[in-house]
Amino acid sequence: MELLKKLTQITSPSGNENAVCDFIENEIKDYVDEIYRDNLGNLIAHKKGSGARVMFDAHTDEIGILATFIEDNGYIRFANLGGVSPYNALYQRVKFTNGTDGVVTVDASRDDIMKNLKLSDLYIDIGAKDKEDAEKKVSIGDAAAFCGEFCDLGDKVVSKALDDRVACYCLIRIIKEMKSQKNDLYFVFASSEELGLRGAKAAAVSVNPEYAVALDVTATGDTLGKRKMAVRLGDGAAIKIKDNSILCHPYIKQFMIETCKKYDIPYQTEVLEFGGTDAGAIHLSGAGVATGAISIPTRYIHSPCEMADKGDIEAVINLSIKLIEEGFGE
Amino acid sequence: MYLKELTSLRGVPGYEAPVREYIFEKIKDKCDEIYRDNIGNLIAVNRSGKENAKKVMVCAHMDEVALFVTKITEEGFLKFDTLGGIDTSVLVSKKVLVGDMAIPGVIGAKAIHLQKKGERGKGIEIEELYIDIGAKDKKEAEKKVQLGDYATFDSEYTEFGNGFIKAKALDDRLGCAALLELADCRYDFDLYLVFTAQEETGLRGATVAAKRVNPDFAIVLETTACNDTFGYLEKDYSTICGGGVVLLFADMRTYYSKEILKDVERVAKKYNIPYQFKKTVSGGNDAGAIHLSCGGIKTITMSVATKYIHSPSSVINKNDFEAQKMLVQKYLQEVKL
Repeated sequence: MELLKKLTQITSPSGNENAVCDFIENEIKDYVDEIYRDNLGNLIAHKKGSGARVMFDAHTDEIGILATFIEDNGYIRFANLGGVSPYNALYQRVKFTNGTDGVVTVDASRDDIMKNLKLSDLYIDIGAKDKEDAEKKVSIGDAAAFCGEFCDLGDKVVSKALDDRVACYCLIRIIKEMKSQKNDLYFVFASSEELGLRGAKAAAVSVNPEYAVALDVTATGDTLGKRKMAVRLGDGAAIKIKDNSILCHPYIKQFMIETCKKYDIPYQTEVLEFGGTDAGAIHLSGAGVATGAISIPTRYIHSPCEMADKGDIEAVINLSIKLIEEGFGE
Repeated sequence: MYLKELTSLRGVPGYEAPVREYIFEKIKDKCDEIYRDNIGNLIAVNRSGKENAKKVMVCAHMDEVALFVTKITEEGFLKFDTLGGIDTSVLVSKKVLVGDMAIPGVIGAKAIHLQKKGERGKGIEIEELYIDIGAKDKKEAEKKVQLGDYATFDSEYTEFGNGFIKAKALDDRLGCAALLELADCRYDFDLYLVFTAQEETGLRGATVAAKRVNPDFAIVLETTACNDTFGYLEKDYSTICGGGVVLLFADMRTYYSKEILKDVERVAKKYNIPYQFKKTVSGGNDAGAIHLSCGGIKTITMSVATKYIHSPSSVINKNDFEAQKMLVQKYLQEVKL
């Protein structure tokens, strides 16, 4: 779990994926035939093979904030990068990409502030004594991510940015542990997913795959409350049927289910009634790409304490390796 | 002066022809190649004369926000919807011109005298508004107007105060005007001047143009929202009118490349060109479509702060416009591809 821990603790909010890409590149460069970055900050690794081009995708970015204005007293106003809930953000610690720490606090000048909290009510305190002091550490345009340390709970892990570093972790392990391949394989560590699947949209054009699989986290229905959703932590790799961005290709879906059955890999099927993944951007690329997605069930997504199950993570890795070894389009 | 003429033209999303043909005439003898595509973009090329030259695309959109007629009432009034984002509250009592014949009309709403208790002071819905072209009934109105006809604001270009310009359609004829001034320029790379269609209805022209041109690098010349008036906190100004050409870290559609921003900032400093950063991440422009095209294209926006944008009386400061033109020209001279 040391690798996963390191991945989650890198500060790489959307649009600032260089740090996490550097780390991943270093991990996998000896296991792939070529590796490069594109204009959008995607890291693309190629393991040459014959047969159809297949793209595996996991996004490198995490939600975060962008400094937009520094007040005279040194407090920093910000905008969101991706889906940041003001309630989740309040009193969290943030770390800027240059290492500066801060806390998110609230301008409580309205009486009903906690009933209707908006991001524009919040600001970041980096402990600066005034604007001049703050500007030594942070410039407007600088980005930060939320802090949330990695905890090993035994069967489960908790951390910030499991969305989607847990899938990056899976891809790294897949690249290192796969024994054979029947396709020409591209592993895309995609940027700016949280801003609207942007990296994957561009990468899908340059890679131009015939088949694609996106790995991402998905919500679960196993916590207290009213949400009806079948996915549960610990029940295995979640084979996506649909979300708001895609109806997964029946061939891919079936291939995944049969492979799970053949190799006794625990799986569950996933219908997500909101949200989207890189699979949504990839499947509409070019003249269309047969695309599916495997999800890691995750509680408390977009909070600093996202929770996932180790067994599920292993199942996602096993399934992906078996898909690669069996081969797409065979 | 291009800007005055360009803002007086009427070019709406999907019908940019008057603007396109004006620009075509101005640059056809200056550029090496020029063509129109199927969605209505106008694309001009200035060749470097080198083999395998790199390509730089600079673009501005030709369309302006507008209205279109959805129904002609029995009384001869025109019900309408918007093309692009228009706040209903800027519409009441404004003069418009309807259709190719530019039929004059005014946007009507209930007079304050006739408003019931509770109606006063409340926001007006677009459903309550209509264009009055002075027709006596539906039959007479139909002689001049048909369903689907567009309507544009009727508003003159005026210079006023301390270097300010008021006009309709500054968004983005101002960018078109800046782009026109590049028609004589030649560089080490092939320069594509792209005048795009249908930005206001979803970056549509740019989506197509970026794929056709497939540039190594793109610059969007735009206008952007500005709130630097009383009643707002400085953090909410977004930009300052007169504060220099606007550079953006991010907007709703694009997270701009930090390396390029740094390089642009270097050039601005070198030539003493006033610039500012936008302090909100609202809005979006053609960059949103371009930077995701063809496997990813490095893209930057140079904007001019525009007060009352998307209204008949948009206001910019001349110095910002000059700074925008200067920055794009100097940057094209300096950029290393």
